[in-house]
Amino acid sequence: MVKSARCGQVVWLGEAAVALSPDESGRFSDLLKEHADGLVARWAELVGAGLQGRMSRPELERQTRDLQKGFQQALAAGARDLKDEEAAELRAQLSELSSHRARQGFSANETAISVFALKDAVLDVLGDTDDINTLRAFVSFSAFIDRAALFTFDSYVRVRESLIADQTEQLLELSTPVVKLWDGVVAVPLVGTLDSARAQVVMERLLQTLVDTGSPYAIIDITGVPAVDTQVAQHILKTVVAARLMGADCIISGIRPQIAQTIVALGIEFGDIATKASLADALRYVLGQKSYKVVAAKRTER
Amino acid sequence: MERVPVLKIGDILLVSIQIDMEDQVALQLQEDLADRIVTTGCHGVIIDISALDIVDSFVGRTLATIASVSRVLDAETVVVGMRPAVAITLVELGLSLPGIRTALNVELGIEMLALSRPHLDVEFDDDEDEADSAAVLAP
Repeated sequence: MVKSARCGQVVWLGEAAVALSPDESGRFSDLLKEHADGLVARWAELVGAGLQGRMSRPELERQTRDLQKGFQQALAAGARDLKDEEAAELRAQLSELSSHRARQGFSANETAISVFALKDAVLDVLGDTDDINTLRAFVSFSAFIDRAALFTFDSYVRVRESLIADQTEQLLELSTPVVKLWDGVVAVPLVGTLDSARAQVVMERLLQTLVDTGSPYAIIDITGVPAVDTQVAQHILKTVVAARLMGADCIISGIRPQIAQTIVALGIEFGDIATKASLADALRYVLGQKSYKVVAAKRTER
Repeated sequence: MERVPVLKIGDILLVSIQIDMEDQVALQLQEDLADRIVTTGCHGVIIDISALDIVDSFVGRTLATIASVSRVLDAETVVVGMRPAVAITLVELGLSLPGIRTALNVELGIEMLALSRPHLDVEFDDDEDEADSAAVLAP
């Protein structure tokens, strides 16, 4: 097991089938150093072709040169496999590269090619050779690059997953606003499918708002909920009962005809909870309920 | 043993529970409150549980009993200030505290009591219309 330097997460890089011999590491380190400029140019060209101009050439060359240095230093330090201690810096560099690419919206393919292209570049430098030892060394080196690319791919996926998780959370936050409609009346317009996680967020936020604003009435508007099944109804009912326990009344509004049909077909009972067809009806109902209270409150203020 | 203080404000007894509701405390409160309702002749009881983190089934039943006892003694009981987390837990446990009236805060609780007994509302009729009648009634 080796800890990836950047994320601090444990990454299993696998057992190397073909490891570089110390001799081979040194040889490729020298080769990378010697042909640095030619390699970087060819490498950047190969990567650039895949990126289709979404990254400026100088930036790409700078990145490629950094990577080349990373590889060269790791090999010079005697790294035989990517999980070796000597390659820690290279691993950090690769994670950095993939997280950068992932955040900029490049595909996994485009990210992996940034590493794989080194193979082609090195092969070009080696030229046509019949030397069996050179070829064998290249196979080991190629396996090393494969591992590096796999590692890049792994980091890429991890960054993308964390991005998706963040966005899901943001969506959850965004999609459950509680709005004040009138003095003592708040409304929760529900939009989208109501699963357990969202129902929980809605419930907590609504109840907290009731406490914070001291509103004795809440309207739950389900116009934006595409389907109401027993599960969703259960969530709504729980919210209403919890609000009642705290001393606030809930009205459910925005029930579309099809939804009403489904509710009846499923045998869902809303009991003595007021249900209205539209938000306007619900507000009118609430104002009717508290009409003389509104007047009384006005008078005490004077 | 710790006791929960019972404060008399006008026609209302205010109980604010600031300590953990152990079984003994709850039973003691039930007794104290019944005594105070009789001695003061109040017609409203407000129990503030906004400081309570936990309301278990026993506390829930005690609150229900207090409400029933008060009703027998002609006093309305309102439980106020239940925390969202407590409400959610009670719902998840399937306890809906039947027979207990609730309000979001003490102010709304007082208002609720005033509305249920409008003829006894001295605190709230400071508007012009009823100011005269209140003045006539006052000795």
